[in-house]
Amino acid sequence: AENEQARETPCTQLLVFVATPGCDGFPSLDSKEGYKLFVSEGSLLLTADAIWGALRGLETFSQLVGRDENGTYYINKTEIVDFPRFAHRGLLLDTSRHYLPLRAILETLDVMAYNKFNVFHWHIVDDPSFPYESMTFPELSKQGAFNAMTHVYTASDVQTVIEYARLRGIRVIAEFDTPGHTLSWGPGAPGLLTPCYLGKDPSGTYGPINPILNSTYQFVTSLFQEVSAVFPDFFLHLGGDEVDFTCWKSNPKIRAFMKEMGFGEDYKKLESFYMQRLLDIISSLGKGYIVWQEVFDNGVKVRPDTVIHVWKNSTPYMEEMANVTKAGYRALLSAPWYLNRISYGQDWMAAYQVEPLKFEGVAEQKDRVIGGEACMWGEYVDVTNLAPRLW
Amino acid sequence: RRRAMGRAMGLAGLLVGLCLVSAVLVSTSLRHGAPRTQPAPEPAAWELAWDPVPEDSLWPLPQELRTSRRQLRLVPARFQLVHGAGSSAGPGCGLLQDAFRRYYEYMFGQSRRGKRGRRPLGAPAEPELSQLQVVIESREPGCDSYPHLASSEAYHLTVAEPVAILKAVEVWGALRGLETFSQLVHENDYGSFLVNESEIDDFPRFAHRGILLDTSRHYLPLKSILTNLDAMAFNKFNVLHWHIVDDQSFPYQSAYFPELSDKGAYSYNHIYTPTDVHLVIEYARLRGIRVIPEFDTPGHTQSWGKGQKDLLTPCYNGEQPTGSFGPVNPILNTTYDFMTKFFKEISSVFPDAYIHLGGDEVDFDCWKSNPEVNEFMKKQGFGTDYAKLESYYIQKILDIVSSYNKGYMVWQEVFDNKAQLKPDTVVEVWMENNYAHELSSVTGAGFTAILAAPWYLDYISYGQDWKKYYSVEPLDFPGSEKQKKLLIGGEACLWGEFVDATNLTPRLWPRASAVGERLWSSSNVTDLQDAYKRLTNHRCRML
Repeated sequence: AENEQARETPCTQLLVFVATPGCDGFPSLDSKEGYKLFVSEGSLLLTADAIWGALRGLETFSQLVGRDENGTYYINKTEIVDFPRFAHRGLLLDTSRHYLPLRAILETLDVMAYNKFNVFHWHIVDDPSFPYESMTFPELSKQGAFNAMTHVYTASDVQTVIEYARLRGIRVIAEFDTPGHTLSWGPGAPGLLTPCYLGKDPSGTYGPINPILNSTYQFVTSLFQEVSAVFPDFFLHLGGDEVDFTCWKSNPKIRAFMKEMGFGEDYKKLESFYMQRLLDIISSLGKGYIVWQEVFDNGVKVRPDTVIHVWKNSTPYMEEMANVTKAGYRALLSAPWYLNRISYGQDWMAAYQVEPLKFEGVAEQKDRVIGGEACMWGEYVDVTNLAPRLW
Repeated sequence: RRRAMGRAMGLAGLLVGLCLVSAVLVSTSLRHGAPRTQPAPEPAAWELAWDPVPEDSLWPLPQELRTSRRQLRLVPARFQLVHGAGSSAGPGCGLLQDAFRRYYEYMFGQSRRGKRGRRPLGAPAEPELSQLQVVIESREPGCDSYPHLASSEAYHLTVAEPVAILKAVEVWGALRGLETFSQLVHENDYGSFLVNESEIDDFPRFAHRGILLDTSRHYLPLKSILTNLDAMAFNKFNVLHWHIVDDQSFPYQSAYFPELSDKGAYSYNHIYTPTDVHLVIEYARLRGIRVIPEFDTPGHTQSWGKGQKDLLTPCYNGEQPTGSFGPVNPILNTTYDFMTKFFKEISSVFPDAYIHLGGDEVDFDCWKSNPEVNEFMKKQGFGTDYAKLESYYIQKILDIVSSYNKGYMVWQEVFDNKAQLKPDTVVEVWMENNYAHELSSVTGAGFTAILAAPWYLDYISYGQDWKKYYSVEPLDFPGSEKQKKLLIGGEACLWGEFVDATNLTPRLWPRASAVGERLWSSSNVTDLQDAYKRLTNHRCRML
């Protein structure tokens, strides 16, 4: 009878109480996402320190509402205290291997919100295509996109993504991966990439960004000035992975430079030379950075607040997590979460069973693991199969 | 619905519509290599140099194909698909009328029909192709009949001005030819529809080219099934193997035994009504696709027991029934009364000459536990060989189905366990381990076989696994010429454990296309690079 009575008085309002104002700001790594939810007779209350927590609480609330056989909506008496274990919970989409229309990105942001993800890692350009329309260097997408009319993200598209994400408490961290993974930059930025050589003559093919030219650093400065202004998040992802040294080795001017600098035959030093200058440029623009693990592995001098992104599955990644955090850097884990690597059966279980802190280390180290990212690389993914492959 | 081909695809593949597949495995330096130090060449010369080769977009590759560089223009407002003089089919042939409209829409898109464009400025370069005439040669074209194993799917296509001619023995060949013709028509950079002069002589290498869909592990809404039939037609598949019921659910609404789906379907929303079933059969027929239903017994029948009391064997723990059930109970007369009535219905609902009776993966544990079954084994002198009991059951089902004048297909266990099969039984080889050996055994014993083992497309893996499916050579098994002739084809299977309407299409296609070409095209069509080129074009077209 008591139950019936409770049911008969329908709950008409969910009160949302946010302690700290900030509706117009952008979420950040430090954003508070904790919330409390109290459901009892005649009272539905959601409280949070910040609006981001309110968003998380609304999602939870919506998951609690059920519908019975008569079609009546109901909710059980509930008390929830919730907050995320990790502050950086991200998803990587790759819009270079295959262009993803805006609606696919927005749809993904919706589903991310259902799952309380809070970082959209936008791997926006890479070797195969350059869809990002730059106002400083319009030729980049004009020459580098799969189709400069249809397979581009205009400035307006980018703002749409950033705002759509913000309304869901999701940070957008753009990745402009250099010096490798930049073939599509070449046509729109002549002289940027290293010309490869076959013996004494240029072979006609190109390699990573040319680290020995001043023009390179001028270009990079201008481009990242724009990118820093366009993307409001404090962090930029600068890539730095899988740099193939073959082309550099083949280029006589580069070899001469190596000699001049006393790098010997160690091209990792040349890579570091580039990365260091890049990181300094980014810092001077007032941004923080995330880099793939090679930057750390190859001994590049990075700022203490750099975030190292651990992705290699070939070496025991937990060892890498230990090493990175031991060296004092913050770490992001992606290695066991390359969702593009499909396999038969309930592979969600393997992803679920990963314990990010399962490595040898002291408490301070463990604290440096700020979270992780599920990655959906685009070699075999486009709008026709993105959603069922990811979710 | 496919859209008309995007821009002409240059060899470098740079200029494109929606779907340039980034060839990650192919050196990207090909595309972004040489800097533009020379001015772009004159447009006319350049266009000629980058004309698409018509073969670049055909899938599956026809048996014999001759094309020339000479192009003909199609004007959507004027172009017609018509019955040719001397054809045994005419406007009364609904199947072809439907196909004409469908292929017109595929080629030109819906918006262009009837719209009169402005006259082009200057004389058009290419002569106009005004019609494709379809001529059915056999006196019985087959307009109102169902396709069957021996149907002719051969066709001869001549594309030359002023009219193209598509000749086929029966309407089924005309359907295949229309698909090919639609693959030859492409749009150039200026939006004109062109087709190269060509002559094609084509017929399938194997007569049974199937797709298996599983609607028991997950219900598939009608729309999914119909979309899949469209995709099958794009790839010249001609059999839908409908694995309609299984352990998990019984979505088939039976007229004689409505309780089967009432109690056995996931819900009332997860049912195929008789209307649904007829729709699938007719939609398939219009695309030259046979629908072979599979009612798999005696195993894989948990869902049957919900609506049919006493059909399944009660399992025992010692003297007590455990409350759970095993395969169909082979010792009761009621079982065979049920099956007789049930298969009477199935035989009349599904017009194909064949029904698939399953017979795979029968777990003997429950039978072993049941004292009455053991009693029966003793009486029959089967000893402890439960395979004999399984064969006893299968035999009776086969006889029942034969009495309705249907042929049957069975999974390989039925053959392996030595049941007595009618000579025209088709044995489906599905076990991956040493399937070549199994093909030898089956055909060696004189039975017709189809191959599914290497083509379980539900087994997904990372990367371009289509290559693995494409590289299968079905006749690669030890056997005489006579034996090889008994392998009549194969099936790509998409079992439903992890498949529903949300992911069916991208999981099945275009991987199944690889199987489609393997089963249609000549055995020497094996070049993976050429296949890659054609398959990427074909995929975009299918989208």
